[in-house]
Amino acid sequence: MSTLAVSTAYDVGRIRRDFPILRQSVRGKRLVYLDNAATTQKPQAVIDCLVRYYAEENANVHRGVHFLSEVATAAYEAARTTVKRFLNARDEKEIVFTRGTTEGINLVASSWGRRNLREGDEVLITAIEHHSNIVPWQLLCDEKNARLRVAPVNDAGEIIVDEYARLLTPRTKIVAISHASNALGTISPVKRMTALARANGSLVLIDGAQGVPHLTVDVQDLDCDFYAFSGHKVYGPTGIGVLYGREAILDAMPPYQGGGDMILSVTFEKTTYNVLPYKFEAGTPDISGAIGLATALDYVRSIGLDNISAHEHDLLLYATEKLDTVPGLRIIGRAAEKASVISFTLDRVHPHDIGTILDQEGVAIRTGHHCAQPLMMRFKVPATGRASFGLYNTREEADALVAGLHKTIEVFRG
Amino acid sequence: MTDLRELYQQVILDHNRNPRNFRELPHATKRVEGYNPLCGDHYTVFLQLDGDVIRDISFTGNGCAISKSSASVMTSSVKGKRIDEAERMFEVFHKLVTGEPGSLDAAELGRLAAFSGVSEFPARVKCATLAWHTLHNALQGEEEVVTTE
Repeated sequence: MSTLAVSTAYDVGRIRRDFPILRQSVRGKRLVYLDNAATTQKPQAVIDCLVRYYAEENANVHRGVHFLSEVATAAYEAARTTVKRFLNARDEKEIVFTRGTTEGINLVASSWGRRNLREGDEVLITAIEHHSNIVPWQLLCDEKNARLRVAPVNDAGEIIVDEYARLLTPRTKIVAISHASNALGTISPVKRMTALARANGSLVLIDGAQGVPHLTVDVQDLDCDFYAFSGHKVYGPTGIGVLYGREAILDAMPPYQGGGDMILSVTFEKTTYNVLPYKFEAGTPDISGAIGLATALDYVRSIGLDNISAHEHDLLLYATEKLDTVPGLRIIGRAAEKASVISFTLDRVHPHDIGTILDQEGVAIRTGHHCAQPLMMRFKVPATGRASFGLYNTREEADALVAGLHKTIEVFRG
Repeated sequence: MTDLRELYQQVILDHNRNPRNFRELPHATKRVEGYNPLCGDHYTVFLQLDGDVIRDISFTGNGCAISKSSASVMTSSVKGKRIDEAERMFEVFHKLVTGEPGSLDAAELGRLAAFSGVSEFPARVKCATLAWHTLHNALQGEEEVVTTE
């Protein structure tokens, strides 16, 4: 009954009032937003802080001696401290602001990868990866004549850890794994997988795009070398993300991009790079985005990730049970450990048509291959419908999804 | 529900369930693929041309109801037609699904009129036109994969 106790204490009505966009109607129906794995909506606190920044604090950072530059720099660096605490990193030097998860992974593949990967080396990923945790490694492997290996999943959509362990060899220089699958919701046993990889002498990057919104992340406890995530999937603005990196490893890596802010001195003969994390933040950063992200993380922390996880898990179980009663509906991915993401197909109705009909009911879901085409191939489906729940969703919204699916069946068979 | 019935008209549902000319063409003179990377819709259009006449046409592949029924209606509509007639049909069809202003001749539209509801769903225009773009490219002599992205 612990779930029930948490749900009772969890005031989803109050939380919903923090998100102005949820008040609107779509096509004459109340908006039911179930596309949180694509991007989350923003609480008023985040919206307000962006407005306040541009109305009162805007200036470039790390450059001016004037008042506003000091204000903006302090706010930007305070945001870094907030992220450091949120991930339980050891030091602000380990927190690099990026544009998002994709840029974080590309940074590692490009900077660490080009310096350290040799011909014949291997990069190990898994079958549940998003294209953004596949393609950067493919590019790197192509360039280096290295080999990309893929740990398989079982029919439930869980990584087969024994197979993963077998694929760890002396050639495996780095392992790149999702904390949670955007397409199926599978939560990977990242701590165990990280321990196996590190025992093998491989570095570990965790793609945390779908981890951070749902799970408490402690990079010291996970013991990973890199952890990348996006602000917009955790109720923050788009265009901002974070790459956590172990200090000693980041320190040994060459810069990713050249430009202002990442240097100590430049002559035409030689440039001395700035210290961490600025070495990896060339050019004017997304200052407002970083501040907005920190506000979002504070918001999430004020509710508590354990409470959010419990609420979302309740929604996952409730929605799964209801969806299982829809005739012809097949849930793809039944991992024992799942984030609140449900991928499904409906007999004789293409996901794209499901999406259009649900949209007429005000229900927003994602349809398609979810940037995980190899995973779709593994389950022999060209596409799925995907409902993904966030901290503000309700059981009534799961009911609206199910009602919309019944209407879909009616349209197609009526 | 009204808009949905406009989009998913009986003709569309019927052609989706029982697509016409849904097979490979063994003696095809042209074979062109159409692909929408956004939603994964993927079709192959087979053509048997006899001079400037489409002697036979068929398609295979997978996709949503709109794209599949559109491919089916298209093959039924252009079979036996001259290339310039087929191209003219594409023009008319394109105007219909994009809601381009101007009157369209009901006689000229024929079965294509079933797709009139698509113009209210801008996200689905690419579904409706995928097979037509593929045919157009085949008639223009291009053999590579076409996309509607």
